[in-house]
Amino acid sequence: MEIVLVSLFNGLVYGMLLFMLASGLTLIFSMMGVLNFAHASIYMIGAYLAFTVSRFVGFFPALIIAPLLCALIGAAIEVWGLRRVHHNGHIAELLFTFGLVFIVQRSVQMIWGMLPMAYRVPPSLDFSLFTIYGANFPAYRGFMLLVSVGMLVATWLLLKKTRIGLVIQAALTHPQMASALGHNVPRVFTIVFAGGCLLAGLAGVIGGNYQTTEPGMAESMGPIVFVVVVFGGLGSLAGCFVASILMGLIMTFAVVINTSMLDLLRPLGITVTGDNLFTEILTVPVARIGALLPFAMMIIILSFRPRGLMGTRDT
Amino acid sequence: MSFCLRLICYSFAVAFTIFSLMVFGRPAAAAEETIKLAYTDPFSGPFASGGDEFLKAFQFIIARKNAMGGALGRKFEIVPFDDKLQPAEALIALKSMTDQNIPFVMHCTGSNVGSALIDAVSKHNARNPDNRILYLNCGALATELTNEQCDFWHFRFAGSVDMRAAARIKSLPADLKKVYLLNQDYLFGQSIQHDSKKWLAKLRPDIEIVGDELMPFGKVQDFTPYIAKIKASGAQSVVTGNYNRDLNLLIKAAVDDGLNVRFDTFLAHLIGGPTAIGPAGENRLTSVMEFNGNVAVDQKSAAAEKIAIDWRVDHQTDFSTLNFLTMIDMLADAINKAGSTDPLKVALALEDMHYKDLDGQENIMRKEDHQLLMPYYVGVFSKDVKYDSEHTGFGWKNIMTATAADLTLPTVCKMKRPTE
Repeated sequence: MEIVLVSLFNGLVYGMLLFMLASGLTLIFSMMGVLNFAHASIYMIGAYLAFTVSRFVGFFPALIIAPLLCALIGAAIEVWGLRRVHHNGHIAELLFTFGLVFIVQRSVQMIWGMLPMAYRVPPSLDFSLFTIYGANFPAYRGFMLLVSVGMLVATWLLLKKTRIGLVIQAALTHPQMASALGHNVPRVFTIVFAGGCLLAGLAGVIGGNYQTTEPGMAESMGPIVFVVVVFGGLGSLAGCFVASILMGLIMTFAVVINTSMLDLLRPLGITVTGDNLFTEILTVPVARIGALLPFAMMIIILSFRPRGLMGTRDT
Repeated sequence: MSFCLRLICYSFAVAFTIFSLMVFGRPAAAAEETIKLAYTDPFSGPFASGGDEFLKAFQFIIARKNAMGGALGRKFEIVPFDDKLQPAEALIALKSMTDQNIPFVMHCTGSNVGSALIDAVSKHNARNPDNRILYLNCGALATELTNEQCDFWHFRFAGSVDMRAAARIKSLPADLKKVYLLNQDYLFGQSIQHDSKKWLAKLRPDIEIVGDELMPFGKVQDFTPYIAKIKASGAQSVVTGNYNRDLNLLIKAAVDDGLNVRFDTFLAHLIGGPTAIGPAGENRLTSVMEFNGNVAVDQKSAAAEKIAIDWRVDHQTDFSTLNFLTMIDMLADAINKAGSTDPLKVALALEDMHYKDLDGQENIMRKEDHQLLMPYYVGVFSKDVKYDSEHTGFGWKNIMTATAADLTLPTVCKMKRPTE
């Protein structure tokens, strides 16, 4: 029982971190139709910038400054990069962001080196919030939850309740009409892309010291974020939220399950012996393949519901 | 605007050309007299940090050796190749080495690459007796490479997984009764798991294995569920072959959750580990090492301590690869003894060579399997040290020394020797 409760909390925190990263990606996709491969790279830049900035002014100013810098980088990418390849269609944009991944990777290695940074949780948040069954719940994890919920509410309010949100939604569905009404549609696109990068940067700031800040972090976070976005349905913020939490919980709970497929079959009277590939697959415990489950789930959902959980268009 | 851009592009191109001329255009006359050592390891991709660091170590060691006169009055020169940790890339590099008549190839990362190299070098040498190459292995650790797969043209100057596991288990404190094995689910992690269990059964039958788990290699983002599991098992120590991210995140998560266990690792000292783990590892993280500055202090060796100090002058990291230095020294001795750089003569000279390393410890190149019998040191991450690691304020305090004699393990190698 206790392990269930502990895992529940842990899964929630991890899911919210995933959501922060995935929401920016899904936002950019739903607004601009661009699947931004470099999203996790912006996450990495956010972590590195936060590390550098926090050495001069401390963690909390860095929490504001680093995401803003990421937004500026995002705006620059949109204005000088994406906009130029835009008229060549989505494939060109896709390839552009794909190339960007390598450039960012290499630049980060050249600027900060190849070793992990000593980016740590600030002392003011480095204590135990409460204890469940003898396991500490660090205050920093609570802080992560707080930031991500705050971000969710802010994004939702911005999109649904403000004028700029209305313009963004209009520019998304009817760009020509919005343009004819005098709105600067390219600028709206820039704002959306910068906003998405801001969210990724924010995730980087609080994820960088929760995990480690190193050149491999984009590579390791990238695939799982794509799974979340595709699973939740491309372009759906709500679907993205559900998918993030679900993935967080699945990956957390999978690790604590020691049963294999064979254990499920045993009550039916089925036993397998011998040493072949088939027995190998049946006897491998869930814990050993836990990290691969999200990818398996993505394949399943794509074959039964190509739009994802709450998507509005085909993937 | 576009004129400016073009100007910038041109100036970059010009600068790059000048730079490459400076780097690569050195006079060829000086190069002819050097003894070339090819070195292949990953210099790009996720493991580039390791290859990069090893290259710096070799440059440091070779500069020292050259200052001492090199071998046969000639200086050594290192020629790096990027194998991207791919066996196929390493074989392409090998082709290029033999095309340049380089007599020695060094390689330190990845048993998969090592295995491919052993095979390719052996075949190449059989087919081209006048253009042979000798494989000096400084870190492909799978025990098989000097057992079932052993080859005359391959010499290993690093302890096998089996030797490390023996030292690892031997160093566990007497009051430890419950351990949890957590390893990465690929060749290296599985052999660590296998050999740890073997030595636990042999040396410490009183220890109960309360958990034995393989985790996906490099895929886990969140280690908190593993921590919950370890906690539930009641383990006092986690014995793990994990390294890099898979180790750093594990220990971070353990500290956050207030899990109070030891981490008895194989590779926590690898570059970047001490920085990423930091205070979280204090007094509970241990690792099995070839060398560090505190070992030199412990062994009362001024020469070894000087190496550690010299390295710290212009490096942020630590000098931990004394076995690389041993390798270059033994190679130079063998070349001097053979009177030539001919791989066959050098190989014969290396066999059964006894060598006192800078710590004053005996190292022996065993003739049967070409495995260097060498000492290993187990250290705990502590503030109470003379030399800290990566300027973190914490360093490795030596808790156990396993000498070459302690780590002389049987081999099943049946080596095919060249006929001439």
